[in-house]
Amino acid sequence: MVVRRNRSDQRTVNDRPYKGSYMKEIVLIKLGEMVLKGLNRRTFEDVLIKNIKYRLRDLGKFEIKIAQSTITVIPASDDIDLDDVCERIGEVFGIVTYSRACVCEKDFDDILAKAPVYAADALSEAKTFKVESKRSDKRFPYKSPEISAQVGGKILSAFPHLKVDVKNPDVIVTVEVRDYAAYIRYGTMRGQGGMPVGTSGLATVLISGGIDSPVAAYMMAKRGLKLNAVHFESPPYTSERARLKVEKLLSLVSRYAGSIEMHTVPLTKIQETIRDRCPEELFTILLRRVMMKIASRIADTTGSGALITGESLGQVASQTMYALGCTDAAASKLVLRPLIGMDKQEIINISRRINTFETSIEPYEDCCTIFTPKHPRTKPVLKFVEIAEREAELDEMIEQAIADTVVKTITP
Amino acid sequence: MIDLHYLDNSATTAVSKAAAQKALYMMTENFGNPSSLHKLGINAELCIEDAREAVAKALGAQPKNIIFTSGGTEANNTVLFGAAEALKRRGNRIIVSSVEHSSVYESAKRLSELGYDVQYAPVDGDGIVDLEKLDSLLSDKTILVSIMAVNNETGSIQPTEAIAKRIKRRSPEALFHVDAVQAFCKMPLKPLRWGVDFMTVSAHKIHGPKGVGAILIRDGARMIPLLYGGEQQHKTRPGTESAPLIAAFGEAVKEADISANLSYIRELNDYAVSGLKALDGVTINSPASALPYIINISVKGIRSETMLHHLEQSEVYVSSSSACAKGKRSYVLAAMGLSDDRIDSAIRISFSKYNTRSDIDALIKGLESGIKNLQRKQ
Repeated sequence: MVVRRNRSDQRTVNDRPYKGSYMKEIVLIKLGEMVLKGLNRRTFEDVLIKNIKYRLRDLGKFEIKIAQSTITVIPASDDIDLDDVCERIGEVFGIVTYSRACVCEKDFDDILAKAPVYAADALSEAKTFKVESKRSDKRFPYKSPEISAQVGGKILSAFPHLKVDVKNPDVIVTVEVRDYAAYIRYGTMRGQGGMPVGTSGLATVLISGGIDSPVAAYMMAKRGLKLNAVHFESPPYTSERARLKVEKLLSLVSRYAGSIEMHTVPLTKIQETIRDRCPEELFTILLRRVMMKIASRIADTTGSGALITGESLGQVASQTMYALGCTDAAASKLVLRPLIGMDKQEIINISRRINTFETSIEPYEDCCTIFTPKHPRTKPVLKFVEIAEREAELDEMIEQAIADTVVKTITP
Repeated sequence: MIDLHYLDNSATTAVSKAAAQKALYMMTENFGNPSSLHKLGINAELCIEDAREAVAKALGAQPKNIIFTSGGTEANNTVLFGAAEALKRRGNRIIVSSVEHSSVYESAKRLSELGYDVQYAPVDGDGIVDLEKLDSLLSDKTILVSIMAVNNETGSIQPTEAIAKRIKRRSPEALFHVDAVQAFCKMPLKPLRWGVDFMTVSAHKIHGPKGVGAILIRDGARMIPLLYGGEQQHKTRPGTESAPLIAAFGEAVKEADISANLSYIRELNDYAVSGLKALDGVTINSPASALPYIINISVKGIRSETMLHHLEQSEVYVSSSSACAKGKRSYVLAAMGLSDDRIDSAIRISFSKYNTRSDIDALIKGLESGIKNLQRKQ
């Protein structure tokens, strides 16, 4: 007769059963440059914790604590997948490194018993290892070198094939004795770095659907800016698929930058008017100026302090120094151009890393690529551009376009 | 459905109301061709992408990793023939387990006829692949390994992650395919994290419609398409997508609450096992560690088909091993080393969230009267 094992033994083979069943696992997060920020530090930490909570909200319930410049993320139930949690934490700005860790009693026997079991996966694959110990609770009766030596001894007797190598080990097992508990960890992961989104204020990114603007948005969010976005569309010259593509891009960016309010502005009438009333070689520069004007207005009404564009010097005719000068003059806000000194390939590399590249290259017409002049002016003169603009009488249409703007919140 | 005791959910399941309604909506209202440029096309495409995202999420992957097919069989064929062809310059050996579903098993047989060196990894008495023997089959000429996640006849769970590790260690060039039709939405699956390159899933085992399945493809895992045509699904699987079936599949995936269902099914399984144990002459063939959705039993001296038809008279529906084998003797149970008597009398009981204890009561009652009254084999 078949003997049925009890229920806890029936956990699936692939589900890290041996750890999950009696070892509590958490995530330890080490903070970035924000620890340098003096009196503002508390605010920075609060924002970071809020951002972490936001990204973890659909994965389950967590307790999140901060002590001694380390954030501890404690899952409230056993069925939370810590790999998912780590993936999300790896996308939050303001985190330098993070690692999974096993919680121990502040009892040396418990630490000695758990260390070889918890790190078993890594240790059985490795050839060399070392143990590092950090004792921030000085009341713990064993000093760091002693902790390291004894834990190392335990590991050696459990994995006789291993050798200790203090200089260049395959695996580093770290024991941390902190105020509330002791932790064992191995395999530290690199975070995004940067500053927590929101600590630098709110800025408005002009997003087209190409490769550059999502990268620009990502880079400024990394410096602590919360984002909203302005997108221009020109139906029927641009299709709904083009807008959906931009929503998808913003959703990918929001994995890092948090939720993004997207303002979609209809530009058809303005573009047709420019086409009908202005010299062809100025089409693009005039269009860019209109975009800057509208984006500045939206920035004003949403309380945003700057515009962000994906412009890179010399990349196209509208991004020569002279053209940028004419564009910039139309903006009533500070314009941040994080890609200005980068090569296309450098931008592409970032877009691949943040996973926006493949969406960016989907081939839909956007409003920057319609009515493009055959020979755009690469050295436009502001005075003449302004004359052409006045003759086009766009002001009322700009008001109308702002009034017809549609707002939608984009989330990861 | 008051008197129906459907316990053959690993053969297929009833389509959920939400999934059926979605299919109807896609057929009668949102009927555009998903490739059309106009709004009707976009609306249909959005529903397909929504389903793709649901499947991707259930597998811990990105939507771009998911390709829809006409079902598990097409998915398994596509991967086996497509990956074998893509990697044929790197080597010749293909390994499948000896308990694969026929759509993998027969594809492997055909590949062997085409000149590939096909090897069958043996299983132990619990139906689980022997890792040491698998190691000895893995070589630097191995290009493809296909080992299912959960066996369709016994519910045995393969140690997918451990298998992936061994493959990467001994045959770094090889691609790893997992037929997860019986595991999908029934247990947590993290194929990309485990090191799996391809995974097959299907809709109709999880209250979706028949005729639709999907392949998960790891970024960069090479595979030559089986079909040629339009630009759909990155040309990996061209042909106008079956929007109604795909969208219904998506609904079914969204409805599946893996952990809640699993604990409910575990309870049903425990209840069934205690009832089965009390019966004279019933042996449980599924290992204790099996996925609780499936219980395979043998009833001493009574042929599977006879018992199946006997149970049918009291509206209890089960199957004799796999429905796809249409009554042929089970090579899966044979590979586990079961005696002919036990194989010939094997019955598969498989659950879904729609089952209740009354279904199990009816089953036990039916088995009991069968054991008492049916003609014993001489």
